[in-house]
Amino acid sequence: MAAEAAGFTPREARGNKVTRIVSPTISVRQRLKEIWLSRELLVYLVRTEIKVKYKNSVLGLVWSMISPAMTLAIYFVVFQVVLGNHMPDFVIYLFAGLLLWNLFSLGVLTGTGVIVNNAGIVKKVSFPREILALAAVGSACVFFFFQSIVMVIFMVVLHAGPDWPYLPLVVFALITGIVLACALAVLLSAINVYLRDTQHLMEVILTAWFWACPIVYPFQQDIGAKLGHKLFIYFLNPVTPLVLTFQRFIYNKVSPVAKVKGVPTTYLVLPHHGYLWYSSLDVGVFALSVVLFLVALAVFGRLEGNFAEEL
Amino acid sequence: MSEIAVDVRGVSKRFRLAHGRHNSLKERVIHGGRTPHEDFWALKDVSLVAREGETVGILGRNGSGKSTLLKCICGVLQPTSGEVVVRGKLAGLLELGAGFQQDLTGRENIYLNGSMLGMSKKEVDRVFDDIVDFSELEEFIDGQVKFYSSGMYVRLGFAVAVNVNPDILVVDEVLAVGDERFQRKCIERVKDFQREGRTILLVTHSPDQVRSICDRAVVLSHGDVVNEGPPGEAVRIFREGLLEEEGTLTIPDESPEPRAPTLVPKGTPDVDHPVRVTYVAHTYPRFEEVGYLATGESLTIGVGYHASIATDDVVFSLELRDADDNCFMRTDTDIMGLRFDLPVGPGLVNFLVDDIPLLDGTFSYSVGVLSKGGILYDWREPAGTFAVMCPGKDTGFIKLPVRAWLLPPEPEAIAQMAPHELDYLRPGA
Repeated sequence: MAAEAAGFTPREARGNKVTRIVSPTISVRQRLKEIWLSRELLVYLVRTEIKVKYKNSVLGLVWSMISPAMTLAIYFVVFQVVLGNHMPDFVIYLFAGLLLWNLFSLGVLTGTGVIVNNAGIVKKVSFPREILALAAVGSACVFFFFQSIVMVIFMVVLHAGPDWPYLPLVVFALITGIVLACALAVLLSAINVYLRDTQHLMEVILTAWFWACPIVYPFQQDIGAKLGHKLFIYFLNPVTPLVLTFQRFIYNKVSPVAKVKGVPTTYLVLPHHGYLWYSSLDVGVFALSVVLFLVALAVFGRLEGNFAEEL
Repeated sequence: MSEIAVDVRGVSKRFRLAHGRHNSLKERVIHGGRTPHEDFWALKDVSLVAREGETVGILGRNGSGKSTLLKCICGVLQPTSGEVVVRGKLAGLLELGAGFQQDLTGRENIYLNGSMLGMSKKEVDRVFDDIVDFSELEEFIDGQVKFYSSGMYVRLGFAVAVNVNPDILVVDEVLAVGDERFQRKCIERVKDFQREGRTILLVTHSPDQVRSICDRAVVLSHGDVVNEGPPGEAVRIFREGLLEEEGTLTIPDESPEPRAPTLVPKGTPDVDHPVRVTYVAHTYPRFEEVGYLATGESLTIGVGYHASIATDDVVFSLELRDADDNCFMRTDTDIMGLRFDLPVGPGLVNFLVDDIPLLDGTFSYSVGVLSKGGILYDWREPAGTFAVMCPGKDTGFIKLPVRAWLLPPEPEAIAQMAPHELDYLRPGA
């Protein structure tokens, strides 16, 4: 799907030759250039991963929509039915946060194991190996796309419209999330070659990380109003601003009012700040992600030299 | 001089031979982050240049570092120090079909593998049919690769790799795959590449392949370049190194002590051994400068003797042997129709082998002195060794005079030919 969309320029004709240097020290700039030259491979790897994942399954990609829908159903039952939370359109709120979180956590988790799992290729074929980690995030993006479709269906059914002015910011937050996931995937995939525990460790960390993000609980009520001046600690989690931006756009209700047993109750869901607050936070996370990505590339380059021996 | 395509600059590669791996965090912590290891240098400061259009062979025994070198050139391994500069698109045939995904079809794998080797989708589209043709897998191309036989797998891998249109092709012993017919097809393809002026780096175990394909060859031993030069010379050095290390043939540098034939015990009166070989030596045109013979040069073997009593009708014999100690020629002075009546005292007999027709290799010779009746007076075996290097591209064992010509199709063409040109129409002219 994406392969046709990305317009390919014909490669340089023979004569105009690309010079490649194999050395223990390759600059990050050079690495970025090589990744760019291999962008088509990235597309193929993403397609391959998705094809292989759903090979011989009847429903195929539908599974990528069923499993988050299932998660959603479970949270809905637990929070709204069992625990008696009456927050209006809770499903939409949940889904908004889960959309971004699933992209991030799936990308990081599969990205971590990707070099070890593709040892056969890494040892025999030469290409920028970071591509493997990027492809893991890439396939998470594809799943994100399909889940977004489900999201849209939900919104139409529940008559919940998004806050359109926030659309550019959501796109920016999405890009930031992808860069952040790429940075962690590249970094951890290299570390995982030397310390195989990394993969298992990440499963645990990501579970904890999930609860550190305001996805299943309303931010303002449970965090913003309680932490006070210690709130900055909560914002050390770079995923939080991105999740909030998604919720701000999709959920589109800052303090909805619901009737609980006939009594109108106000739910403090999102912070009472404006566009500037969201955008400055997102820009901060974006800057952090870019720096982290460059650091990840540098570290990857240092560790890459011994991949073929360690695998 | 054409431009440099592959420039290997002082590349060293260290492998850590760990004594027990500590891959988990727990083990690392317990061992204080260090793993007990031994350093092993697979490559030691190797430099190598391949110019555009050149075919360079890399010879070496198992473990000499040749595969490590190729992996560094391809970028699969990073050198510990030094760097490799590659100009142009490089396709490495390190292991055929290495990037294949078992669950994808042959068609999908061609696209995936092609893009791994640096091709765009359009480029793959263009050569797709060539790839399928070359691999001869038309019927199976839409089947999953995991159902392929190993031969089919390798064929597809080679077909993709040679069709990526590389400027530089790096081949690691993969020409020895598939059935004989497919092998020949592969070698033909490599030769096509040569004609098109592409650079080829070839690692092989077959000295014949080096001789027939390469312009130049490099011999690696224990991570060092021990020789770089014309293929014949490299092949000779490679073979000598092989023999030395394996010890299958030990040829002493100096002539050994005379070995008395078992039938005639040593120390018997001189009447039985009237003539003794005192020394054996050989020489050829460039003996001092290069230390080997070129095919077609002449070899002179001198046999010094001492006759303790005057002896009539003495026969000197010469045997030539190959590296496996098979005698491939024996002659003596009697066969040549010569009669030597030796007076008492020392003397010298020279054998002149004119126009040596041998191709490359190391050969040994033995000499003997005997009576016309066949009684052996003395012998030296082996008396010495000499190396031959073929400057041309012929392969095999012996260079026979071979000529070829094209018959003109039209009688009119013959009528127009000059008299000396007509000579070529007559075989043996």
